[in-house]
Amino acid sequence: MKYVIIDILRNKIVLAYTIFLLLLSFMLFGLEDNTTKGLLGLLNILLIIVPMICIVFSTIYIYNSAEFIELLVSQPLTRSRIWLSLFAGMAFSLSLAFLIGAGIPLLIFVPDITGITMLFTGLLLSIIFIAIALLASVKTRDKAKGIGVAILLWLYFSLLFDGIVLFLLFQFADYPMEKPMILISTLNPIDLGRILILLKMDIAALLGYTGAVFQQFFGTLWGQATSFIILLLWTLIPLWISVRRFNHKDL
Amino acid sequence: MRAILLYILLLLMAKMVDARNITVHQQSAIRTIRQALALAKDGDTIRVTAGVYREKGLVIKKSIVLTGINYPVIDGEYRYEVIAVRADAVTIEGMKVINSGISSMDDFAGIKIYNSSHVIIRNNVLSNTFFGIYSQLGNNCVIENNQLTSFSKNEQQSGNGIHCWKSDSMQITNNRISGHRDGIYFEFVTHSIISRNIAEKNLRYGLHFMFSSNDSYLNNQFRNNGAGVAVMFSHHVTMLNNLFTQSWGDAAYGILLKEISDSRIESNQFVENTVAIFLEGANRIKVQKNRFQSNGWAMKIQASCMDITVIGNNFLSNTFDVGTNGSLVLNTFSQNYWDKYEGYDLDKNNRGDIPYRPVSMYAVIVERNPTAMILFRSFMTSLFDKTEKLIPSLTPENLKDASPLMKPLKL
Repeated sequence: MKYVIIDILRNKIVLAYTIFLLLLSFMLFGLEDNTTKGLLGLLNILLIIVPMICIVFSTIYIYNSAEFIELLVSQPLTRSRIWLSLFAGMAFSLSLAFLIGAGIPLLIFVPDITGITMLFTGLLLSIIFIAIALLASVKTRDKAKGIGVAILLWLYFSLLFDGIVLFLLFQFADYPMEKPMILISTLNPIDLGRILILLKMDIAALLGYTGAVFQQFFGTLWGQATSFIILLLWTLIPLWISVRRFNHKDL
Repeated sequence: MRAILLYILLLLMAKMVDARNITVHQQSAIRTIRQALALAKDGDTIRVTAGVYREKGLVIKKSIVLTGINYPVIDGEYRYEVIAVRADAVTIEGMKVINSGISSMDDFAGIKIYNSSHVIIRNNVLSNTFFGIYSQLGNNCVIENNQLTSFSKNEQQSGNGIHCWKSDSMQITNNRISGHRDGIYFEFVTHSIISRNIAEKNLRYGLHFMFSSNDSYLNNQFRNNGAGVAVMFSHHVTMLNNLFTQSWGDAAYGILLKEISDSRIESNQFVENTVAIFLEGANRIKVQKNRFQSNGWAMKIQASCMDITVIGNNFLSNTFDVGTNGSLVLNTFSQNYWDKYEGYDLDKNNRGDIPYRPVSMYAVIVERNPTAMILFRSFMTSLFDKTEKLIPSLTPENLKDASPLMKPLKL
């Protein structure tokens, strides 16, 4: 695991990612006169760019270190241990990149509950998309195909899912959809994260009745604990499936 | 002729000499305001020195001047209507009125005007009153420089700051009202002017108009009220130079206009409201030279509105510029500055060459299906808005500003 961390930290792309995040967030907070605008800009980055970088980078990294993994498998190490340390290494280094890149500006400019929620959501989203990347790369042998699958998954979570939700909303427009929407939003970590952050910001008032229903659920301690657990499940389930796959995989 | 004039002058002077000063002092013979009122005749001045007076409900039936020196406190002990005015030409100034009764049967007020004219109420401090200053069938009254503070917790247990019912030609100037249900409430009030008041932190509306026509409100500030300002079922209302800000919350509006016609909204500032102006069933309204900044919706115009002209306003950093609920548009937008406008100006006449459509696609979607608001700020919705700008399909065809300004107006 240590080697994975060191290897990734030395990687130029992770360094570039950190600096990119750092520059962008300082720019956003510096350009706008009120921090809400900066937060909204950062929210866009957090919901679109962070998952994309995490999923694409992790997939490519796994394929690139295929030979290294083969070497490790020949050592007296269990396969699940190898796989988990790969995950832990990537999760640690990309989270660190996010913490430095977006966390520092967040803590400087908005050191309140909104900023902290945003930080946590960002971290969880990073880890979730690494887990999904592991699942994508363990399922396909071909590198090009694997990266394609990863990008498709990202597209699905950040764009197609919302399209489907909108379609459903219009199909069932005659029914009260507020409560089912809570359930549906848990099916997409990006949506769940976005709603959690929006409810913490004062633009929550714009969300109207639906927002009030969500606030009633996510505003409580129980609701927040639930959403946190759901986000964790989004990490654990793909990871667990990928470990099982890797254990039986013919390398 | 000269003799007659002299005679009149003499008579007047005699009248002036006749007007007495009665001083109420807690250590003197006249210890209560009630005693003084019994002694007084029309035209007298009652001077009340500092102290606490528990008068169990004062009723003024003579045209007198009631002046407080160093703000004497008149305590209603949570049971009485503190001062009731039942005579014309009464002046009440410099008093501190506290703790009126609270009732769901009677509208107890700090100072209440019953069926009188030319009453002046100025420079008073009202604290913890149910209704503050109440005018019932008053006309030509002046209410100025008063400070009204209450500490209401819910709408049922609270009254309005300045409440006018069936009154005419009222002047309400330079008052500060906070913590009441409605800051200023008008019902069946005509030909009145509300100016330079500050209404903040009231539970419901900062200003509430019902069935009140030919009124103006100028240079007021409405800040942080539960639901902003509501103007309903009225016509010929003029709203100039007001500041509407921080009406932020579910169902909060900068101004809510319902069934209004022939009115003007000019040179106002709308900053940080959930909905800056909400129009429903409004006709022939001019919206000019206003600044809309950082609102959730700058304007929500329901399809039931007609002949609304929106000319020469600045729309700056609002989440949605305009929202509407139908495709029928009978309103005019022109020569406004929209910060979201992305067009060009080839002939350099400071007017954009392509029209601006202030209704974004997502605004239309949300109006049709409010639950879709949950996709707010997602990647897809911004993508939608971009494509709709290129190929308009869902947004109302006629709702556009054909000559948007390239630079913001100096307002």
